[in-house]
Amino acid sequence: MDRPIRVIVAKPGLDGHDRGAKVIARALRDAGMEVIYTGLRQTPEQIVAAAIQEDADVIAMSILSGAHNHLFPKVVNLMKDQGADDVLILGGGVIPEDDIPGLKEAGVEEIFTPGSATQTIVDFIKNNLKRD
Amino acid sequence: MFDKERLDQIQQSKKDWEDKVLNKTLEKFPERQDEFQTGSGDKIERLYTPEDIQGINYDEEIGYPGQYPYTRGAQPTMYRGRLWTMRMYAGFATAEESNKRYKYLIEQGSKGLSVAFDLPTQIGYDSDHSLSAGEVGKVGVAIDSLADMEILFDGIPLDKVSTSMTINAPASVLLAMYIAVAEKQGVSADKLRGTIQNDILKEYIARGTYIFPTEPSMRLITDIFEYCSESVPKWNTISISGYHIREAGSTAAQEVGFTLADGIAYVDAAIEAGLDVDAFAPRLSFFFNAHNDLLEEVAKFRAARRLWAKIMKERFEAKSEKSMRLKFHTQTGGSTLTAQQPDNNIVRVAIQTLAAVLGGTQSLHTNSKDEALALPTEDSVRIALRTQQIVAHESGVTNTVDPLAGSYYIEAKTKAIEEEAMKYIEKIDELGGAPKAIDLGYIQQEIMDSAYDYQREVESEKRIVVGVNKYKSEEEPPTGLLKVDPAVEELQKKKLQELKSKRDNEEVNNRLEALRKACNSKENVMPYIIEAVKAYGTLGEICGVMREVFGEYQQSVRI
Repeated sequence: MDRPIRVIVAKPGLDGHDRGAKVIARALRDAGMEVIYTGLRQTPEQIVAAAIQEDADVIAMSILSGAHNHLFPKVVNLMKDQGADDVLILGGGVIPEDDIPGLKEAGVEEIFTPGSATQTIVDFIKNNLKRD
Repeated sequence: MFDKERLDQIQQSKKDWEDKVLNKTLEKFPERQDEFQTGSGDKIERLYTPEDIQGINYDEEIGYPGQYPYTRGAQPTMYRGRLWTMRMYAGFATAEESNKRYKYLIEQGSKGLSVAFDLPTQIGYDSDHSLSAGEVGKVGVAIDSLADMEILFDGIPLDKVSTSMTINAPASVLLAMYIAVAEKQGVSADKLRGTIQNDILKEYIARGTYIFPTEPSMRLITDIFEYCSESVPKWNTISISGYHIREAGSTAAQEVGFTLADGIAYVDAAIEAGLDVDAFAPRLSFFFNAHNDLLEEVAKFRAARRLWAKIMKERFEAKSEKSMRLKFHTQTGGSTLTAQQPDNNIVRVAIQTLAAVLGGTQSLHTNSKDEALALPTEDSVRIALRTQQIVAHESGVTNTVDPLAGSYYIEAKTKAIEEEAMKYIEKIDELGGAPKAIDLGYIQQEIMDSAYDYQREVESEKRIVVGVNKYKSEEEPPTGLLKVDPAVEELQKKKLQELKSKRDNEEVNNRLEALRKACNSKENVMPYIIEAVKAYGTLGEICGVMREVFGEYQQSVRI
């Protein structure tokens, strides 16, 4: 790829806990990626629209309110509807272990729970991009 | 606190000690690090001596508990008179489920209720709103109308308990519902005791459950101050919160500085609205965090009390001692809990509990060990409550007032935090006050910088977090976590539908229109909200009217 990796960092739903999202946004930026942070209270439709418009390679979403099972798969499905299934979709936040297999099944590539190092996330993105 | 001659002697003896004792040890056994720092990243010295507190005047700066400047405590006898209120924040799923949890907590010795609302309730949407999908009953209880509130407090006599409600943008509506439930129980509003969080500025800064723009939000807050000072005199009308600022990543001094700057903005707004400072200031309360650096946290609480007392006396010229006395609730630090080895969190919470108690808190919520994973189970909540009870009854720290006072380090650190917090307040004053500083993104940016520094230090292992970047172990995934049944959302929607078919819809519309007029005028909106609530107008309908009149806040997004 001849341009920097472009990432949408998004907060879907009504949750206001954005420390993690912002720290990761800054870490990805410091790792040389182009980061667009959407701010709070984004609907799945808004996140997908932003990803398409910005031609994002990655969507990284964070939820700490427990609404992940509802909102993460919705974003994945809307991206598929747009024919944009070559975008790497990641999730993070307070996500119980039991919910992770279901989310991966739904098409979220990886889930990062509290305590994940930002370097781990940077490396994961670099190694798992779906586009060349 | 020491005369010049004595200080000279101490300086000399310290130098002797350094030459004869210390340096020899350092040669043989170098210290573990070149420099040591507090939990907030401030440099901390090897040793504190009378030299470090030489500028402090005991009577003026430290003094006595229950007396200006309140450094040593809000009351003269502190926990010898009465222990702090053990107040566990709880609420999830439906009003019925939460009501059961409250009754359980009261049985277990909890002395006050603390209601957690779900996000749709906190942002003024009914459970059937499209944005509520997936969020109903998740982080707290779903309240759509007075009918839910009646169930929430069923069998709990509201003249006997004090209730804290974590509600901000729609605080006026939930308070109105509480007043209406009490009335149905035959309890008049003047007997109600409790707190609404009602602190919108920190929602813009750190917590995110804002609805309206700054100006109408500040007006709603002063309407509540005014209404309660006449009709609900024992109610704490605001809980000015540093908790979420700290959770968002601030340092201890930023927590104090930004929180008191918000406090100044509320006092300014109320005075501007024509209220007398001593009529409302005694009902202001604060809410702080307790993190792991025990001594820094104790100094922080003491510094906050002293600084607020000075601000109220000198800046606002309050006359009543009660206006100068900072009372606060504490919650242990959620962001310090780890998902790894969750049992370790019990120990963290115990240290934080000690910090809050040694800092002189009026009430305390202790987090449960499983909160980095999910909502806490009944078992883990019980351990958290027992932690407070052990500190209260077994640790001995409650038997004398402000036991760490006079420690060279504690007094020096208290002074240092006070001074650093004051610098932030001065900077915010220069920018035009807290609301302006928030609009400019200044406060958010400062917090974000601290949060990022912290994360870098954890990842570079400059800072050790047990179980996360050191002492890791293989673990089985935790079991038995609490899950909120997704059926709650459907149930709430059904209850709403039934309500709307049963109530007098014309009456609801009339009262909503009366509220709209009040919002457009300068009248106090509280009586109109109470009327709308009593007719079973829903939270979403009432906030909907206010959204139409006031508009919605637009967040400034920066990383």
